[in-house]
Amino acid sequence: MKNNSPRQLISQTPLAILLWVIFLVGFVPGISGASTVQAAEGTGVETRIAPVGRVQVEGQPIVEVEVTAADAAETELIAAPRPSRKDYPNIGVSSRAVVWILAQMHLFFGALVLAVPLFVLVIELTGMITGDDRYDDMAHEFMKISLVGFSLTAIIGGSLALALFMLYPDFMAYMMRVFGAQWLVYAGLFFLESFFLYTYYYGWNAFRYGNKKWLHLTLGLMLNASGMTIMVLANSWATFMMAPSGVNEVGAVVGNIWEVMKGPLWNPINLHRFIANIAFGGAVVGAYAAFKFLSTRDPALRAHYDWMGYTSNFIAILAFLPLPFAGYWLMAEIYAYSQQMGITAMGGILAWLFIVQAVLIGTILLAGNFYLWSGMSRTEGSVRYQWLIKYIAATLVICFLIWVTPHTLILSAREIAALGGSHHHILGPLGIMPAKNIAVNLMLIATFLSFQIYRRSDKVATVSWAPAGNALIVAIYVVAVANIIFAGVYYGYFTNTLYKVGSSVIQVVSTLVVIITGIVIDSLIFKNAKTLPSHWGRIPDRAQYALFALPIAFTWLMGLMGYVRSSVKTHWHVYTVMKDNSPDNFIPTIGYAGNMITIVTVLFLLMVLFMFWVANLGSTRQPEASADGGATV
Amino acid sequence: MTDTRDNRESSGSKVFVYAMIFSLGLTLVFTLVANMLPQVQGEAPSEQMVDLGSLTMDDFIALGKDLFENKGTCTLCHKPAPLGRAPDIEGADMVAVSEERLADGRYQGEAKDAAGYILESMVDPSRYVVATWGKKGTNDAESPMPAVDKPPIQLSTVEIDAVIAYLQAKDGNEVTVSLPSPEAAAETAAAAPAATGAPVPAATADEAMTKYVCTGCHALDSNDALVGPGLLSVGARLSTDEIRQSIIDPNAVISEGFPPAMPADFADKMTVRELEMIVELLAGKK
Repeated sequence: MKNNSPRQLISQTPLAILLWVIFLVGFVPGISGASTVQAAEGTGVETRIAPVGRVQVEGQPIVEVEVTAADAAETELIAAPRPSRKDYPNIGVSSRAVVWILAQMHLFFGALVLAVPLFVLVIELTGMITGDDRYDDMAHEFMKISLVGFSLTAIIGGSLALALFMLYPDFMAYMMRVFGAQWLVYAGLFFLESFFLYTYYYGWNAFRYGNKKWLHLTLGLMLNASGMTIMVLANSWATFMMAPSGVNEVGAVVGNIWEVMKGPLWNPINLHRFIANIAFGGAVVGAYAAFKFLSTRDPALRAHYDWMGYTSNFIAILAFLPLPFAGYWLMAEIYAYSQQMGITAMGGILAWLFIVQAVLIGTILLAGNFYLWSGMSRTEGSVRYQWLIKYIAATLVICFLIWVTPHTLILSAREIAALGGSHHHILGPLGIMPAKNIAVNLMLIATFLSFQIYRRSDKVATVSWAPAGNALIVAIYVVAVANIIFAGVYYGYFTNTLYKVGSSVIQVVSTLVVIITGIVIDSLIFKNAKTLPSHWGRIPDRAQYALFALPIAFTWLMGLMGYVRSSVKTHWHVYTVMKDNSPDNFIPTIGYAGNMITIVTVLFLLMVLFMFWVANLGSTRQPEASADGGATV
Repeated sequence: MTDTRDNRESSGSKVFVYAMIFSLGLTLVFTLVANMLPQVQGEAPSEQMVDLGSLTMDDFIALGKDLFENKGTCTLCHKPAPLGRAPDIEGADMVAVSEERLADGRYQGEAKDAAGYILESMVDPSRYVVATWGKKGTNDAESPMPAVDKPPIQLSTVEIDAVIAYLQAKDGNEVTVSLPSPEAAAETAAAAPAATGAPVPAATADEAMTKYVCTGCHALDSNDALVGPGLLSVGARLSTDEIRQSIIDPNAVISEGFPPAMPADFADKMTVRELEMIVELLAGKK
């Protein structure tokens, strides 16, 4: 078959002449006025028609239009959307409330399932090093009770994503564009995490001894690595919304994904959440141990769950102690990024929230300390230290009261007249940050002291230099406390605001010195120490309620801090680049936030109960019905 | 660790109930604390249509004050010592302060007068940083203040002028910025919040006395009684607290022989500064 080109076909018809005339008049240079336009643009016909699509001049090869760097930049630079109120779907209830509940539940479970494998791995390693199977069993049990949490995290996370896409479509479209392929990496990591989770959990007894234990520990390490990577990726979305980077002032992406992720608040949030997750996870599994302890009279089980509860509390409080410092770093970075944002959080309308925070942290510290003091009854050696408890308790209570003292009150002129000024002459000075910094640091030191005397209770030092070591520890405590009080009073009240911030660094360092030197010196003093008998299970029942108080306070505290972290963006989805024009673009009152936080806390409590219940189903066997209708056990 | 029916005591459900009551009770305590505190809602800046072309200068100044305290978020940092994170503005005469700064050898800006300096400090805050108030580590070369014409504050030109007018007027200085022209008004019609129309706060005690028409009923320069008692030696008769009380709660103690005619709403009308200025003035009349 003869292969005629279209051009040849056209040329064979009488119409060809007419078409050729049109072609010549229309396109050939120098024949028509079009040539002027063409000359002005300086491009050939192929170049001009190619962008329309796959149009070509018959018989000519397809022309690839060269895209200049400037053109490419122009097409990529798309500003952030500016949705108007009508662009936000209305489903009849507050969209923010829906997202708030789902996001907070997702964060609670996410925190739990990221933290548990972390300390499970450490406990498993401890069991391997010490050769004590009890550690291994306890680590396994911690994994068992949190296993359902992984599914719950994913289910709630999926619901959250759907809610966001439905309720905030423009915002999500923007976030998709900014983070691009990172979303796929994030999704891919779930496959990886699931693989390590199931092989780690179900392989526990299969890889229990010898070299296989190393394989098992490696699986645990990889589980944690994938989990942590998921967390830091997700954190970058939150920190991008607070302090966007890698975009220009109208929100168009100008940097690569690394520049977008690595905003000024990313690492402070990563650290803060990492530590807080451990404290939170420890507190939740502690409540499980407390419930199991109270539910049984079997001495062996009570001993096991007492030990499990103690370990959980130990994890929670130990992780909690450095948390204020991580929080301090985060706030310092927020101030450095935007002083306005920092003040909105700490000195603006959100400032009242820190009174509630003080109540929550006070509850945590009092509960943690109370549990340690109660636990001292496990060993006879504790009588040597019990005299200290009343002083520690007094310090905690006084510092707690200073911490909750408000400073800037919203007063009418009448109230100001009654008060004799805008600030009370005694309570006013106690309400500002220097006083609170002193109080917080002293509370942390007091808590560490409780922890230290608890750890010492079942030991008698055998090294000759023990008295000198003890004197050194006392001296460190005295100097640190004096330093904290002096720095707070001098820099806080006798210099200007800028120095106040600097003074808190001295205080934090003093507290850290006490904690670190205390641990180091004690570990040296009690090397080869004589160990006094400990009686696990010998602890008052009421002490277990401290283990219920901890997760409730931690959960509420996380909800509260989520409220402030999100609210400092004020009326912006993405601070300074994408405005929030939804009906919920205001900062809700602390009372409304409190009610929302209580709703999510109670929901979380119920779902955690479900998680524990499912975990116990696995070890429960229904008795077989006997011939006489009764049950055999 | 496997449970058996034997060691799962019947107390399990009781423990569950107690633990739930305790946990929910504690949650309730936290909720109550949150609800007991002052309830403040942070509204997003409202974008309302306002006819700027019909503004009087007083309205314009009031608009500036509103912007200064709300949308501009100036008072977040510019507070009296030791609370502020930026120089105190409300407590200082900004025109006088501006002239001092213009005369400072460190000043490298382009402003020629107070209004220019204030404008420059708002849109280009790092141009001149007041000593000790710069960003940490920059040796006062960089200001921590955001440019107010950029996000997140984003004041329009007219709004910035209104703030300047307020800062000039609040201490009794002449306002040198012009009212927005009809063209500028048209350009920014949708950008500014509605003027509150609030009266300008008095800058001095005398102004405050005039503003609240104290002399309508009280003689200041004699002890003669008009509608109310004369105030020439009021500082000798009453303590500072009593004077304050007699202004904000005039019916608590009424001077013998006088009707309870003094308005009882000064506590709501006066700013705290105005009240304290009047109290100070009267307390000094001995």
